[in-house]
Amino acid sequence: MKKKWYDALWIASLAYLALGFFNILFAWLGLLCFFIPLFIAVAKGTKGYCNRYCGRGQLLSLLGGRLGLSRKRDIPRWMRSKVFRYGFLVFFFVMFFQMLWNTYLVFAGAQDLGQVVTLLWTFKVPWQWAYHGTVFHAGVAQFAFGFYGVMLTSTVLGLITMALFKPRSWCVYCPMGTMTQLICRAKNGKPFREESH
Amino acid sequence: MAQERKKRRACVSQGECVACGCCVKVCPVGALEVFRGLYASVSGDRCVGCGRCAGECPASVIGMQEETV
Repeated sequence: MKKKWYDALWIASLAYLALGFFNILFAWLGLLCFFIPLFIAVAKGTKGYCNRYCGRGQLLSLLGGRLGLSRKRDIPRWMRSKVFRYGFLVFFFVMFFQMLWNTYLVFAGAQDLGQVVTLLWTFKVPWQWAYHGTVFHAGVAQFAFGFYGVMLTSTVLGLITMALFKPRSWCVYCPMGTMTQLICRAKNGKPFREESH
Repeated sequence: MAQERKKRRACVSQGECVACGCCVKVCPVGALEVFRGLYASVSGDRCVGCGRCAGECPASVIGMQEETV
């Protein structure tokens, strides 16, 4: 099958993770991974981002598939259930808004900048070596630390489930994937159609 | 008399499909598409029953069925 330019977006995904080790402010670029899928889902009513442009999915595919870092087992039934998928989406949202709240507190001067990246919503990893000051408000950096934590956490989860199950197991419970599918359902209805024989 | 022939083809559990499109990428004959961001759909005419989509599907919701044609 002929490769397209977007098949190389895993490089962008890898570069994003790497840049966060040098300057945390690059974490802002990750917003593209939030807004582009939503824009495609709302404007076109498709999951075009997941289907074509998701660099993380490609990276997991590469590591778990071509590099053989996946056991390639079936994901447990409960992990693909709607209860888990929607539950994880809600949990993800709650944690995301908590991160936004922390950013707000720094902007409001009620809290100092925390130069840590919170991994798996629990472990506060010192990350001061990737912060070299900013010409903007400290809140801008606080958002970067928080958002990079979100991105790194989801990557770690993706890598764990890649190793345990199939390479792109993350896609099953990815909050963006679940959310864009919900948008598509709201936009397109639920027209189950007969498969052609 | 026409001879009965068995054909293997992919079958998606549409209600459980997460519409990630992994199956579309690996199908060698382009028999799959993601329908309106909702679920993967198989074109039975094109499907050659190789099973690559079933192996790739991260949610394991694609099965192979034998049909008489």
